[in-house]
Amino acid sequence: MNWFDSWALTLVTFIPIVGMVVMLIIPRKEEYSIKVVALLTTVVTFGVSVAIAARFDYDAGGGLQFDVDKPWIDTISSRYHVGIDGISLPLLLLTTFITVACVIYSWNHFPKPHTPKAFLALILVLETGMVGTFIAQDLILFFVFFEIVLLPMFFMIGVWGGPNRSYASIKFFLFTMFGSAFMLLGFLAIFWQTGTFDIPELSAMAGDGIVGSTQNLIFAGLFLGFAIKVPMFPFHTWLPDAHTEAPTVGSVLLAAVLLKLGTYGFVRIALPVLPDAAIDWAPWLGLLAVIGIIYGALACLAQSDMKRLIAFSSVAHMGFVMLGIATLTDIGINAAVFGMVAHGLITGMLFFLAGSVGERYGTREMSRLGGLLTQTPRLGWILGFLAMASLGLPGLAGFWGEFPAILAAYNPLDALPLETFRSYMVIAAVGTVLAAGYLLWMLQRVAMGKVKPEFEQTDVHDINTAEWIAWSPILLFVLALGVYPDIIFGVTNDAVAQLTATAFGG
Amino acid sequence: MLRYAWIIAFIPALSFFLILFFGKRMPKGGSEIGIAALGASFVLSVVAAVQWIDKVESTEGGEGGHALGALGQAFHVAGEAGHTVVEPVLASVSWFTLGGVDIRAGTMIDGLSVMMLFVVSLVSLLVHIYSTSYMEGDRRYTYFFAALSLFSASMLTLVIAGSTLLLLVGWELVGLCSFMLIGHWWEEGANSDAALKAFFTTRTGDIGLIIGIVILFFGAGGTFDIPTINEMAVNGEMSQTVLTTASVALLIGIIGKSGQFPLHTWLPDAMAGPTPVSALIHAATMVVAGVFLGARLYPVFFEGFHIADGGLNAMAVIGGITVIIGAALAFVQNDIKKVLAYSTISQIGYMVMALGVGAWLAAVFHLFTHAFFKADLFLGSGSVSHAVHTFDMRKMGGLRKVMPHTFWTFIISSLALAGFFPLAGFWSKDEIINTAGKADYDFFLVVGLVGAFMTAAYMTRCVWLTFFGEYRGAEHPHESPKAILVPLWILAIGAVFAGFLNATAFDIHKFTEWVEPTSAFPEVIVPEFSVPLAVFSFMVAAAGVAVAGAYYVYGMGPRGLTERNASARAGYTFLENKYYLDHLYTDLVVGSIKGPIARGTYWFNQNVIDGVVNAAGTGTRRVGRFTYDVIDQKIVDGSVNEIAAATDETGGLLRYLQSGRVQRYALILFASVGVLSLALVFAN
Repeated sequence: MNWFDSWALTLVTFIPIVGMVVMLIIPRKEEYSIKVVALLTTVVTFGVSVAIAARFDYDAGGGLQFDVDKPWIDTISSRYHVGIDGISLPLLLLTTFITVACVIYSWNHFPKPHTPKAFLALILVLETGMVGTFIAQDLILFFVFFEIVLLPMFFMIGVWGGPNRSYASIKFFLFTMFGSAFMLLGFLAIFWQTGTFDIPELSAMAGDGIVGSTQNLIFAGLFLGFAIKVPMFPFHTWLPDAHTEAPTVGSVLLAAVLLKLGTYGFVRIALPVLPDAAIDWAPWLGLLAVIGIIYGALACLAQSDMKRLIAFSSVAHMGFVMLGIATLTDIGINAAVFGMVAHGLITGMLFFLAGSVGERYGTREMSRLGGLLTQTPRLGWILGFLAMASLGLPGLAGFWGEFPAILAAYNPLDALPLETFRSYMVIAAVGTVLAAGYLLWMLQRVAMGKVKPEFEQTDVHDINTAEWIAWSPILLFVLALGVYPDIIFGVTNDAVAQLTATAFGG
Repeated sequence: MLRYAWIIAFIPALSFFLILFFGKRMPKGGSEIGIAALGASFVLSVVAAVQWIDKVESTEGGEGGHALGALGQAFHVAGEAGHTVVEPVLASVSWFTLGGVDIRAGTMIDGLSVMMLFVVSLVSLLVHIYSTSYMEGDRRYTYFFAALSLFSASMLTLVIAGSTLLLLVGWELVGLCSFMLIGHWWEEGANSDAALKAFFTTRTGDIGLIIGIVILFFGAGGTFDIPTINEMAVNGEMSQTVLTTASVALLIGIIGKSGQFPLHTWLPDAMAGPTPVSALIHAATMVVAGVFLGARLYPVFFEGFHIADGGLNAMAVIGGITVIIGAALAFVQNDIKKVLAYSTISQIGYMVMALGVGAWLAAVFHLFTHAFFKADLFLGSGSVSHAVHTFDMRKMGGLRKVMPHTFWTFIISSLALAGFFPLAGFWSKDEIINTAGKADYDFFLVVGLVGAFMTAAYMTRCVWLTFFGEYRGAEHPHESPKAILVPLWILAIGAVFAGFLNATAFDIHKFTEWVEPTSAFPEVIVPEFSVPLAVFSFMVAAAGVAVAGAYYVYGMGPRGLTERNASARAGYTFLENKYYLDHLYTDLVVGSIKGPIARGTYWFNQNVIDGVVNAAGTGTRRVGRFTYDVIDQKIVDGSVNEIAAATDETGGLLRYLQSGRVQRYALILFASVGVLSLALVFAN
């Protein structure tokens, strides 16, 4: 193993922290240098992740690569074990990619109180937490990274957020913390039963050594931790508040990456480590998923604030991801991973747009907006493009998360009740129509029609340079993934097949 | 060309991006790129058609034996000894792998797709040319042509798709283009409403399409491949349950896309789009995508609905109802485009009904001929509105004198639509009615004849109001320029001669020979031409013209019936309100979902679910307060109270920040989790 292979994952995780330390040394007045350091840090991190992707052996996507396993906390047998397979890699790239876009977008969009140094430092800490979660192969390590993410986001919402920021940030923090506590209990219970925190080792055991009833209890703990993060109905109420109050970049990161920590947890830990419990729980996961799809969509229809609408749409979209996971099949889990990336790009991008619209007009109330296509045609067209992507139009990324999930629900794992899942399939398919409903009504209210009199005289500028640089790669990816979905399916297939074969004896 | 048919769809796709990025800088605003692209696609489509015909004829010419693949032989139309089988030309590349299944993107070229390629590229090309004049000076001229290109690319993809998945891609993309083009003038609320309505309605149907595709995927053992699905359906390798549920699901998709009862209501509203769009998308191509789907997966429907058995089946019934209700509504319209829209609904009803009664060839043939005369009629109505600046027939009249070319092409196409011998519509409509009679679907034979009568009558009314009598408007009508008239005449020529491809009376069966699949195709009944029936249906059409003429032109028959007779008035009101379906959908279904149901859900969210969350927070705070006041002051020092205080919704966060208490609070939370875990570890 050469030097890069053994250090790559450690580098990609901790470069942001190093960058943050460098940034902290720079005096607060040197705003430009601070921004450059932040940008360089994220670009280098992204570069390393691209190098990882380039050196990744796609023919062996099922196994761990860039594997590092060193002693860490001996007293509790927790080890610094990191590694990636085909499921982690797309999410790792998504994270480092979106973070760069966020820093670029922040360039001249710092929300009040205008303190770039602290803001950018938080983004970098956040990046370490997010990346770490996707590469951790030890339960305690996973937990630590999972929790590291909380603090920066808490401050981002609490300090740079909207008028109701304190309520939203505390709700976000406590709600997720509540789930995490149960998740940790679950991890410890796993340890008591098996004597290890090592995820690959536990996955290979596929639940051996943990009796069914205990598995179910442990699963309940993990479920709370992950389901709150996803968020699944009925644990979702922190999300709209957090999104509505968070600054634009915070919302983007929240939607694009943070929610995926929950679904990733299901795929990486809950399913392979507790397969018997997963089979017992799957119909309930599926049920909550389809309730989420319909419920999220209906709640969207009742919104008047553009950003809050997009927030609720996450509940619906993550429902498709969870439905895919709940089928416990190759197709379903592949769809779920694709759905995570697609939702990350599309909804992240929608939050960028909502932020930019709000900044230009000083409001995100859809009843006051209108005629975006007239006043800022480019902004309007991109909104239309994303609405189409988000409602799952084939040829754009969103479709490949939704359609295969519906496909998988028709034929779930043999051990699951067929009729139940087929009913879920029909409900999910109905959800696609509701999705078209809320997205196109949003498009109609915001982008079409005439400019409202109150904004007729307002000088609204169209997309600026920083926005173009930050957005165009995202938009390109939404198109590229839609046209050629093998970019992701090609990576995830082997890893998912490996996972289901070990866990459910495929 | 047959193996490389994807190029035909790729050219307009390329043109879309070129127009999008460079169109505005071109001297003609990008329309030249679109015309060139569609011209190329049309030429290649003709090449493909010639090659296909060549293949068919050469296979039939003696050495047919080698084309009889092992599989093909088993499924070829039985009873015709020595009937040669011409396999479709398949080409595919690996697209992606999903759950271990190699999903391929490929083309399937046979008579049906070649015919569709020809129709789509021809009509699209003509519409492009027409639009250079019709859309001149439009505020979004370049964008309009970009959307036309995208539409053409999507529609061409749909018709050559070799898998249900690729077909779905094309299907949804044409829906997108339809949305964009109906809402072309989105400044007006009515236009964007119409665009949204079209998108929602077709997407409601798409629930069925998606589910049908999913069922067939697993029914066929994990493939989207159309030839495989068809072969398995014909060969009885799929269970009846799978076939029937898939058929019902797919039929819902057809109903949504092809404007069939009861999801037809979006199509008349879609007339809010520019007229060339109505001709291309909402008459000749996209709306018949449902019929195409039915024809493409015909073995599934044939087995799923037991079409060979006669009697009633969902497909024939839906088509039959649509024929009548569409035609009835065409009588009460004053907007010329809406007459044509309801006529389109009714005519597509014929095609769906034809599929339902086993008249595959007749359905596809009617699709083919309908494309010519209906596109011509729409473009003709556009030419009229170009002159009089309205679509309201009450403000027209007498235009035959000032617009002779528009008039004659309109007359020709109207006669073709009404089914007058020997124009295109006569041959295809007669074939539908004839097959229904031969295949034990007598009821639908009657429906077809009644429909024919109504068609002739409403078109008489429409032509009379538009072109005859005295001019009732305030404009100065004039004939349209060449860019409009040339497409009109080309389509009119098609409306005259297209039917002769299958003029069964003269023993010409070229269309059957070229288009009807010979492999993986069920045993459909192909009846002989029946002179009495043809004469009768012709007389029915003539009677339609005569009755309508007597009523509208000479003022004969009962007048003021709606004023005198309550039931007649009720009937008229019922028609005027379009059977109240719009009220049902817009007000009741959509209204309640958007209104009470969505608001109720949100109320539940904010008050019940979030109420529990907040109550938990408040409860914890109270417990914390109690702990602080009663226990903490005496026993513990400063940990629990922090949680309680921080949960306090009323406390401003900044205050905490300034005092540095948030950090402490977070630290304490981390620490407490740490302590908890340590405790557990030691307990173990």
